[in-house]
Amino acid sequence: MIQFDHVCKNYGKFHVLNDVTYTIQDGEFAVLIGPSGCGKTTSLKMINRLIEPDSGRILIDGKDVLQQNPVELRRHIGYVIQQIGLFPNMTVAQNISVVPKLLKYDRAKCDETARSLLEMVNLPYDQYGGKYPNELSGGQQQRIGVLRALAASPPVVLMDEPFGALDPMTRETLQDEVKRLQRKLHKTIVFVTHDMGEALKLADTIIFMNGGQVEQIAPPEKMLERPATDLVRSFLGKHRVSDSGPLYVENFMRTNPYTVSRDRGVLECAEKMARSGVDTLLVTDDDDRYLGTISIRDIKLRGKGGQSIEPLISTDVRTVCVGDDAQESVNFLLTSGESYVVVLGPDRTVAGIITKNSMAKVVANTLWGDEK
Amino acid sequence: MSAFFSTYGQMLIRSILIHLKYVVISVSVGFVLGLMLGILLSRLPPKFSAVILPVLSIFQTVPGIVFIGVLFLWIGMIPATTIIALSVYAMFPVLKNTYTGICQVPANYCEAAVGCGMTPTQVMVQVELPLAMPTIIGGLRLSTVYTISWAVLSSMIGLGGLGDFIYQGVSSNNNTLIVAGAIPAAVMAVTAGALIDQLQKRVVPRGLRKEAAK
Repeated sequence: MIQFDHVCKNYGKFHVLNDVTYTIQDGEFAVLIGPSGCGKTTSLKMINRLIEPDSGRILIDGKDVLQQNPVELRRHIGYVIQQIGLFPNMTVAQNISVVPKLLKYDRAKCDETARSLLEMVNLPYDQYGGKYPNELSGGQQQRIGVLRALAASPPVVLMDEPFGALDPMTRETLQDEVKRLQRKLHKTIVFVTHDMGEALKLADTIIFMNGGQVEQIAPPEKMLERPATDLVRSFLGKHRVSDSGPLYVENFMRTNPYTVSRDRGVLECAEKMARSGVDTLLVTDDDDRYLGTISIRDIKLRGKGGQSIEPLISTDVRTVCVGDDAQESVNFLLTSGESYVVVLGPDRTVAGIITKNSMAKVVANTLWGDEK
Repeated sequence: MSAFFSTYGQMLIRSILIHLKYVVISVSVGFVLGLMLGILLSRLPPKFSAVILPVLSIFQTVPGIVFIGVLFLWIGMIPATTIIALSVYAMFPVLKNTYTGICQVPANYCEAAVGCGMTPTQVMVQVELPLAMPTIIGGLRLSTVYTISWAVLSSMIGLGGLGDFIYQGVSSNNNTLIVAGAIPAAVMAVTAGALIDQLQKRVVPRGLRKEAAK
């Protein structure tokens, strides 16, 4: 258990940490996040005494870190830094064995550790153990960086934006790997990032900091559901699907559907359908209010040239109003086989239509952001 | 040619050996001193090095002949005079390169090392010195080659070495003697340079060599 107890740190007049108090439980994956200069990295480095607080206490399993020998303390806390920080003068195996060697493990045990750790990330020892960091890809290097932190089986591992410099694909893979290792080895991990996606993916608990203070501490789900402040909300940004409530039909609809006025002729209407590449048009009256739909099938079966379309208007299509819960319409589209639902405004004008396509687009935007 | 060797052969070999002795001893002493002072300097706050390095540079511009002359007056005509003077000169490039080499080690490696739980000494021995090694060996190379040429000065104060040939040649207008002194010195410098390049390859781990990059 790691406890921050009213911790303060100033650089001159600048309060880097201002009365920070939080607790990280054993086996928890805690992610510190916040805007630049919020004190997240400072707070992380205080755990292994790379930075010392001006006041307040930091306790690991009830013991004040300031009462412990910093060198001994650091040997029992794993540490992964921002730039990879593998020692370029040492081989992969030597890099992994740095801390075990400092702890005076014998050679056989160091080798054994390196071998089993490399095994865990699918980098065979015989192939990679003797390589130097500059002979590896960035992703492989940071994997070794993580292994080095795990080598002496510390109960606590600190990670300072470890994947910031990696390409998105590699980052994803490494995030999965770290999460897997953490679950398997039951480590307490304190992880600093500025990427909310990464925080949501990895964290058991997100500690959101701003201006040297804790803004909110919550599990990802809770934070998404109930962001404490506007800043947290803006950080969550695209990751939040809704403002904690039902989704409305207008979130899913496509605007500007093809419409036709009721006093138009059958042939004109058919021509418009052909031009727009649709098989149905929405029919409106003189005040743009929705009357019904007309389909090419009805025109073919019952329509005569020169006639108005009015007798052919169908009112079978399901309509909903702006502000209705979207779930019903979505379910209807998914189960009924109908291809669309018409969304009407308060004055019964056409606001848009929901199609399977428009639904899919909204879901995609929510998941992967708005592709411009 | 053979006449020259029958006359001067013995003397030439003795001079080469004396010259070599001066170089080996002074470079060794200079290297150890330079390394230690360089490490020490890198541990001090930067304001110290900001003063000390320029002062050393000025000192380095004092002609060797002046320094050796002063030492001669002070200590006398014993080999120690030459060795002290040459050691001091040999020390400068090593000191400077050690200091620069250590300062150039990227901070993230030191941070990683401290974060792993290394003591300051361990950081120095396991991380900073190995990473600074190419630069330090560069300094050693420089000081060795310089010392070989400076060692010629020792004959100025009657302490032998290849300088004997060169000064005698110059004063008696005998080109053969000059060449007889100059060629072994040049060969010595080139050989020493090549040897240190080999050393460089041995002490610099593969991970630090540029061609090792994939």
